[in-house]
Order: sequence, then C-alpha cells, then structure tokens
Amino acid sequence: MQQCGIFHETYTEDMAIFQTPFSRFWMGLFFVFLAIFPFISKPINAVLGTNTLYLANLIGIYIIGAHGLNLLTGFTGQISLGHGAFMGVGAYASAILTMKLGIPFLIALPLAGLITAMVGMVFGIPSLRLKGLYLAIATMAAQFIIEYAMRNWTTLTGGSAGMSVRPPSFFGFYIDSDRSYYYLIYVFVILATIYTKNIIRSRPGRAFVAIRDRYLAAEVIGVNVWLYRILSFGISSFMVGIAGGLWAHYVLVISDEHFVIWLSVQYLAMIIIGGMGHVMGGIYGAIFMVLLPELLRIPEHYLTVINPNAFAIFHSLRDGVFGLIIILFLIFEPDGLAARWHTIKNYWKLWPFSY
Amino acid sequence: MQEVWFFLQLVVQGLAIGSVYSLVALGFVLIYKASSVINFAQGELLMVGAYVCLALIVQFQVPFWAGFLITMAFSIVLALFIERFVLRPMIGEPVIAIIMITIGLSAVLKSFVSAFWGTQIRVFPSIFPEAPVKFGEIVVSRVYIFTFIASLVFLVIFALFFKYSRMGIAMRAAANSNQVALSMGISVKKVFAISWCVAAVVSAVGGILIGNINGVNITLAAVGLKVFPAVILGGLDSIPGAVLGGLIIGVLENLSGGYLDHFFGGGVKEVAPFVVLVIILMIKPYGLFGTEEIERV
Repeated sequence: MQQCGIFHETYTEDMAIFQTPFSRFWMGLFFVFLAIFPFISKPINAVLGTNTLYLANLIGIYIIGAHGLNLLTGFTGQISLGHGAFMGVGAYASAILTMKLGIPFLIALPLAGLITAMVGMVFGIPSLRLKGLYLAIATMAAQFIIEYAMRNWTTLTGGSAGMSVRPPSFFGFYIDSDRSYYYLIYVFVILATIYTKNIIRSRPGRAFVAIRDRYLAAEVIGVNVWLYRILSFGISSFMVGIAGGLWAHYVLVISDEHFVIWLSVQYLAMIIIGGMGHVMGGIYGAIFMVLLPELLRIPEHYLTVINPNAFAIFHSLRDGVFGLIIILFLIFEPDGLAARWHTIKNYWKLWPFSY
Repeated sequence: MQEVWFFLQLVVQGLAIGSVYSLVALGFVLIYKASSVINFAQGELLMVGAYVCLALIVQFQVPFWAGFLITMAFSIVLALFIERFVLRPMIGEPVIAIIMITIGLSAVLKSFVSAFWGTQIRVFPSIFPEAPVKFGEIVVSRVYIFTFIASLVFLVIFALFFKYSRMGIAMRAAANSNQVALSMGISVKKVFAISWCVAAVVSAVGGILIGNINGVNITLAAVGLKVFPAVILGGLDSIPGAVLGGLIIGVLENLSGGYLDHFFGGGVKEVAPFVVLVIILMIKPYGLFGTEEIERV
C-alpha cells in the first residue's frame, strides 16, 4: 500500500528501495543508530546485564546466513537441512586458508565463500531431478557427511579438539575487539542485504520465484530451471560460507560441535519465523533467534531463586520452546513476522478509518 | 576361514539391527503414503516408547509384558494427540511447512524426555537370557535373535493387516488416492489417525528392542534418522521397499563399520548409510520399488 500524493515520474524513482522521504528519514536515523551503537552499548549493557554488542555481532552473522537460506528456501523453494554444515565448511575453509596457508583475511574470506558454494552445489545436484521432500533428505545427508568429515579429518580440521583461529588483520589494523568486529560484520550485513534485495528484483531473482511457484510453467516460459536451481544453491551456500568465516574469526576457536544439524534447524526456523520470501524475514528471524535465549534467561533466573530443581527442568525444556515456537508460527502465522509487520503497518496507515 | 566367519558375524548382527530399521521404516512409509507427511519425529517416537517402557519396568516395577502393553497404549494416545493437534491443521500446506513442523515436534518431544529422565544412559533390565548362542564360529547374543524374530513377527502381522483387514484395505486405498477413497466412503481422517498410531506403535517396539541392545539415552532418537537411507533405498512409497531397505542398510552399516573403521578413524557406521543415500539419490532417486514420477513439459 502506498501513501496518497506520491507519484513516481521516473523509472529510477519507481525502482528506489526506500520510496518515500518518510522511510528515507527513518532509515537514515536507523543507520546512524547502527553506526553509534558500539559507543552507547556500555550503558545499555549495564541496564540489561548482558553484552549487547556481542549479541549484535551474533545477530549480524546470522542475518548473512539467513539471507542465504532465504534465497534458497524462501525464493527458490528448495529446502536445505544442510546449512549448518555449510556454515561449518566456510568457517573451516577460512580458518585453514589463513592459519595454514597464510593467506590474508580479506582474500581468504571470499575464497572460503567460494569453497562453500562449490560444496553446496555438489549436494544441490540431486535437486535437479528431485522435488522438495527428497531434497530435504539429500541435504540432511550432506549435513551428516560434512559433520563426519569435520570430526574425523583430523589432519585438516584438528578433529574434535577444535582449531584456533587468529583475529583478522588488514593494512596493519587488528580487528580483535567486539567493537571493531561489529563494524566489520555490519559492512557485510549491509552488503548481503542489498545484494539479496537486488537479486530478487533482477532476472535471476524473477527466475527463482518462477521456479518456486511452478517450476513446470517456468520451464515452459523459457527459464533454465537447471541453471537457476544450481545458481541458487551456489549463492546461498556462498553467503552462509561468508557467515561461517566471519564467525570463525570472531569466536577464535572452532570445532565440529558448533555445526550440528540443530544449527541447520535453527536457520530454517529463523526464516520461517521471520518470513520466508521476504528480504526482511531473514533479519527479523535472526534477531528473534538470538534474543529468544536471552529472554528465556529471565524466567530461568527467577526459577533458580525459587527452586534449583525447577531450573534444571526448565533448562532442558529450552530446545522444546524453540520447537513449540516453530509449530505455533507454522500453524498460526505461516508468513512470519515480516507479514505480521505489514499487517500492523497497513492498519495504522488508514487509522482510524481502517475499512 | 577366519575372515568368512568375521564377515558372517557382521552380516548377522547387521540383519538384527536392520530388522529394527525395517520396522521403524514401515511406520515412516505408512505415514508418508497415507498423508504425504515426511516425519522427522519418527526417531523421537521411538525414544519416547523406549523411555516409557523403561520407566514402567524400573520405576514402577511393572512386569515386562504389562509394561510393553501400557507402552503401546501410551504410543497410540500420543500419536492421536499429535495427529489431531499438530498435523491436522497443516493439511494442504507446502512441503517445507510440514517438514518443519515435524522437526519442531521432534525438538519438543526430545526436550520433554530430557526434562523427565535426564540425558545419562540407562540400561534396560535384561529381559532376554544372556548366554550367547553359537552357530559354528558366529557368536550371537540372544538379544539380537529375539530382536530379529520380534521384528519379523510384527512385519508379518502388519503385512496380514494390510492384505486382509477392512481397515488395512481402506488404508491402502487412501494411500493410493485420498480423493477416490473419500468418494468411496472411506474416512480419510480416520486413516491418517490410524497411520500415525501404527507408526508410533512400531517405533515404540523398535525403541524397546534397540534399547535392549544398546541401552537407552537421548541419542536413541538418531535411529530415526537411519530410516531415511532405508526408505530412500527401498523407494519412499513402498512398504516392501522399506522392509528390504532397512535390512540392507543394517547389514551395510555393520559391514562398513567392521571393515572401514581403521581407515577413517572410527565412526564410519554412523555416516556410511548417508553416503549410500546421496549416491542413490544421484543415480536412482526413486529407489528399488518407488513409484517414478514422470513429468513432461
């Protein structure tokens, strides 16, 4: 829905991402907030009692991966249960390239993305012949095979002992604090978001959506289904590989137990809760997924005061809460938070005459 | 000669484990055929069954046969609940939503089990006599033999059920086409519910059998994932395929564990079925007996 009195007179105006002065103003304000957040996070930390900058960094990394999965699942309609492992491939690739081969971080990170893209495309090959549910099973197998390789190829990955990674440095700067890493991550977040938004508006994005909606019809009108499915797998794994690389250089020790199937499930949950097929969906979903455990800490805190036993039981119910939220979203709001936000926004646009 | 016996030993053990896979795969294929739901929570149904039976026998001192029957009843109630309140609202939704809802379900079931019973491994009280049986040089513990026999018995019971009982025939009809079955006066809702019940019951039986072999802990749910290679090998919508696939995967996993472990540093058993799965999907995606879907533009 568009506000009254706004007429697009040129093609560029029509294609602009932020179309009204109002949204441009608020987005500008939001970017200013993003830029100064590391400097105001200290007092916020003191109030909330957690390291908000660390959470912001995690959110950023998950947003990049969620955009990747959203391109594949939300826009192309291909399910992947292997993105947790693909993130691991990116993390290990970047770690090995910088630590064992001595390649500088700025070159190693895109290379890690490319390696992940190759791996993703190999496991995407079954998608050329198979439909959704078979693909879910194929990518799940990919998850287990990659997990196994990360655990048992000890000469390369260090096995279950893990692998230590140096913080990135370029042009003499060491990026080793939460604050400097924040800026590094959010440069990539903004790049990834703009890239996702733009690819949806261009030829490949249209092809993805056509394949998702009805791939036979897409083929009839001349979309190369084979090419675009593999391309979608490639781009998607590339992005999640970049997320993995950024994560590896942030936490500094990586091991196989970070990249289990539960991470893949969390990625899928992110885009379902955020909204599949909406660019904003990945962002909302990542924020939700990172903040939910923090919110669950509040009832846990009170339970510990009342009865430590109750705390233990609640703690093991945590994963169940994730599962329950996935179920409730799928039954009651299958289009996710992005759709909910649209409904709320449109309601207020015409308020109080909303009929 | 030694090597032949080693090989046969692995095959026999594989067949025993594989027969449990067949049983669980049967439940999986049943749900898939009746309602096109890919059930990622199959392993959790198995785990819940094993834990309930264990709790009845150890904590409440119920005799084994009674505990077994109560577990079956519990599984049926649980399955009816899941079908009615989780899967029924999802009829007609896209594949990914249905896959995700069963994944969410598996997380919920798993967290309930760990909240009630904790995560440490528990040992089943030995139900079967412990002295192993010898066939020539092959030493087989009785649990494996009983597992194999019990699985076969259940498979035969279900084969007869599908072939001769009124409900079994109705279920096959609904699996073939929901709409035609509806127009012939079959209650498809009832078929969905019963297919979940059967799946939960066979999984619980599988859980109790595997629990007798390996002990019970939270990782028991991973058996549910082994079902995927089995059903893909057999063909996703074929009941004989599921049975055969389960046996083949069981043998294959044991053989690969026995022969390849010292090349790859252990744990090959866990990953070999999935390597097979990817290879099958690449060369013969509809498995041994699956219906090929042919689409032409």
